[in-house]
Amino acid sequence: MAQASRTGIIVKRALQALPVLAGIVVVTFLLTRALPGDPAAYFAGPSADARSIAEIRKSLGLDRSLPEQLLIYVGQLARGDLGQSISTGQPVMDELIRRLPASLELTLAALALSIGIAIPLGILAATHPDSWIDHLCRMLTTAGVSLPTFFTGLALVYVFYYLLGVAPAPMGRLDIAVLSPPHITGFYTIDALLAGDPATARAAIAQLALPAITLALFTLAPIARMTRGAMLQVLSSEFVRTARAAGLSGRTVLFTYAFRNALLPVITTLGMVFSFALGANVLVEKVFAWPGIGSYAIEALVVSDYAAVQGFVLAMAILFVLLNLVIDIAYTLIDPRVGKDA
Amino acid sequence: MHRRAFLAGTGAVALGAEVLPFLKSSAAWAKGAGDTLIVAVGTTINSLDLHRVGTNRPSYQVTVNIYDRLLRFGTKVNAEGAIVYDYGKLEGELAESWETAPDGMSVTFKLKKDAKFWDGTPVTADDVKWSLDRAVSLGGFPAVQMKAGNLVKPEQFEVVDPHTFRIKLLRKSKLTLPDLAVPVPFILSSKVGKAKATEKDPWATEHFHRNPMGSGAYKLERWDPGQQIVYTRNDAWKGGALPAFKRVVIREIPAQATRRALIERGDVHLSFEIPAKDAKEIKAKGTAEVVGAPIDNCLHVLCTNLTFEPFKDKRVRQAIAYALPYEQIFEQAAYGRGAKMWGGKSAEPAGIAWPQPFPYTTDYDKAKDLLAQTAFKDGFEVPLSFDLGTAEWGEPAALLIQEGLAKIGIKTTIDKIPGANWRTVALVQKKLPLHLENFGGWLNTPCYYFFWAYVKGNLFNSSNYDDAEMKTLIDETLHMAMDDPAYAPKLKRMIAKAFDDVPRIPLWQPYLDSAVRKDIAGYSSWFHRQPDMRLIKPKEA
Repeated sequence: MAQASRTGIIVKRALQALPVLAGIVVVTFLLTRALPGDPAAYFAGPSADARSIAEIRKSLGLDRSLPEQLLIYVGQLARGDLGQSISTGQPVMDELIRRLPASLELTLAALALSIGIAIPLGILAATHPDSWIDHLCRMLTTAGVSLPTFFTGLALVYVFYYLLGVAPAPMGRLDIAVLSPPHITGFYTIDALLAGDPATARAAIAQLALPAITLALFTLAPIARMTRGAMLQVLSSEFVRTARAAGLSGRTVLFTYAFRNALLPVITTLGMVFSFALGANVLVEKVFAWPGIGSYAIEALVVSDYAAVQGFVLAMAILFVLLNLVIDIAYTLIDPRVGKDA
Repeated sequence: MHRRAFLAGTGAVALGAEVLPFLKSSAAWAKGAGDTLIVAVGTTINSLDLHRVGTNRPSYQVTVNIYDRLLRFGTKVNAEGAIVYDYGKLEGELAESWETAPDGMSVTFKLKKDAKFWDGTPVTADDVKWSLDRAVSLGGFPAVQMKAGNLVKPEQFEVVDPHTFRIKLLRKSKLTLPDLAVPVPFILSSKVGKAKATEKDPWATEHFHRNPMGSGAYKLERWDPGQQIVYTRNDAWKGGALPAFKRVVIREIPAQATRRALIERGDVHLSFEIPAKDAKEIKAKGTAEVVGAPIDNCLHVLCTNLTFEPFKDKRVRQAIAYALPYEQIFEQAAYGRGAKMWGGKSAEPAGIAWPQPFPYTTDYDKAKDLLAQTAFKDGFEVPLSFDLGTAEWGEPAALLIQEGLAKIGIKTTIDKIPGANWRTVALVQKKLPLHLENFGGWLNTPCYYFFWAYVKGNLFNSSNYDDAEMKTLIDETLHMAMDDPAYAPKLKRMIAKAFDDVPRIPLWQPYLDSAVRKDIAGYSSWFHRQPDMRLIKPKEA
């Protein structure tokens, strides 16, 4: 029963996503065209004259009418071709395949780190209100939301790399002396381990540490606060009192009854935090020369690189559709009511 | 969620802590690896083929370092002790010798007989012709730059025998030979090019975009777009003295603060193109050496656009030139890294040196007097625009200009224009009334600067300056030999007109600064504003 309804949810969600994606394709197409600036003039380069700009406009296909351009674009999409980015000179698909894992590796590492800290911290703060740990939690969350990520990043670089020299040079995903592992998942740490190369994996983790901590500090706050808040609410609810009155052990009450119920809002927050984190990535990527998708999109946007911007938005849209799906499924796992209602 | 799951969660904390012992410095090995030069740049290379449409400026360094040209410029040491290219000294790179015909209408090049492409095939006159044909045929910037040297069509290029090549000239011009030494006319393998050409892409730009084949000092080891480019030395290079470093790793580090930390820690040998502020501070701290030189034939200027009413009146333009706080701009926007371009002694040019200080100083009374003589004595309002891509100096300069102009009653609103739009509105459509501009000419002759910046319709004349006498003078001098007795008087007249008409008000001549580690020597400054890795070497102890 639960199994069938879960499959039902997945199918339904996937179908709901289709019109959303179609809408995104059209809207991003129009939005990129509405950007000020003329990519042809930009890419014609220095000292180009009107004739060479016109030549470039033609070679980029920008001399055609908008509906015509849209049709060509949709046709390319249907063949799985996201077009060629003019600013980097590479097919957009290749760039996304290379850069998305870099961003995901960073974001997921940061999320793992911040969940690992924030959830226990939130629970402890809720079970010991107004104790030192509650104050610590409050301090960390305030600092986390109020410090801009590029500042945290630069401060960490300054202290751990520049002053102390314990962190490796912030020069991207791997040190210059280390070759990148063969591409399997695109996650360097996983690829290196799959290739049986612990030294490279270690180097990748070392490069990952500071940017992941930067991003983790940023994502810590909402998760910790939400955990604390949700736990406080659940702990004061009647069914917990009943469980306590029934003489269940504190541990059982806390984890089996209270935490499981508090987890739902936390999961919702996690979904949102993940999307924030992908956005905050841009700045972290800049500071640590991380070749991720955020810096790619910003560069593309600045130079009106239509294909790249469209490809990026589409990739992100698909990513969020998948993310929401995962969260919905997680709900059904945690809360039996969700599965049955749907 | 059960207890086990919670423990798995706390496991993540343990993992985070576990990571810390791996945080080891890489500084040790970077200092030990003597064969590899590590360079940090802030820009992205987007193609390995300069001739291709859409190739950006930072990519020109690839051409400089991995390809050869027929000729190149030599180097000299300037008054401040920096190594700079020498516009007056042409050397053969693939050419062993060259000779201008007695009638002056053709130049014959003898090619080095032992020069080979990386794949071992010899470099012949056919390759040279194919490459130059390509440079003039693909359009866009390469064609424009070739045209500056009067190189416009394939019929001008002639193969005499496998090692002799001739260029037929359309007119005698002092710009032709130097134009063969700029990055554009680089020599590729025509064999590879012809094999990879398609009907739609007859010059194999798609192939050379990612797969270079040249004869240069370095060859491509790998290119990870958006991350790094790695060169390996071509030990069979015949173009000149073999470079000292066997490998060059160029890492793209977007954040300026990170690049600065890297050079100060000594993890990179060279941080190419640093802002003036960092140059000043690093110099003071002594953590690395700052090397740089004024960029030849380049000026940061305030342009008044003559299609807009107040600026049609010469006295308004002069008033503005007297109302700029030059000294403050120089200190706060250029951080003192530049050559001053104001305070010239007389309205009569000192000579034909270019650029030279304009005869204006900060003199608000004079500015007010001048403005009072015009229809705009009560002042006016005007937007002041600059390119966000050059905000490092543009923003402080614009704010100080705003302050200065306010003192004579000209109210400005600052308008920051994103890089992608800048070219279109400022240079192509030329519709910005008052703006900052920073053109620099690759070919280092004054008339070349004037050609681009003072002739109506030319790209960098964003002032829409149009003057019949100036146009005639520029036409006459552009190709004239600089030692022609007629040259200096004409040029002096041009400079005097630029002083008096001031459609472009120079602020300063910028430096291009880089920071190098103290054990590195041989960094040189070039007109193309790209690093030449071939000359960089470890400092001898």
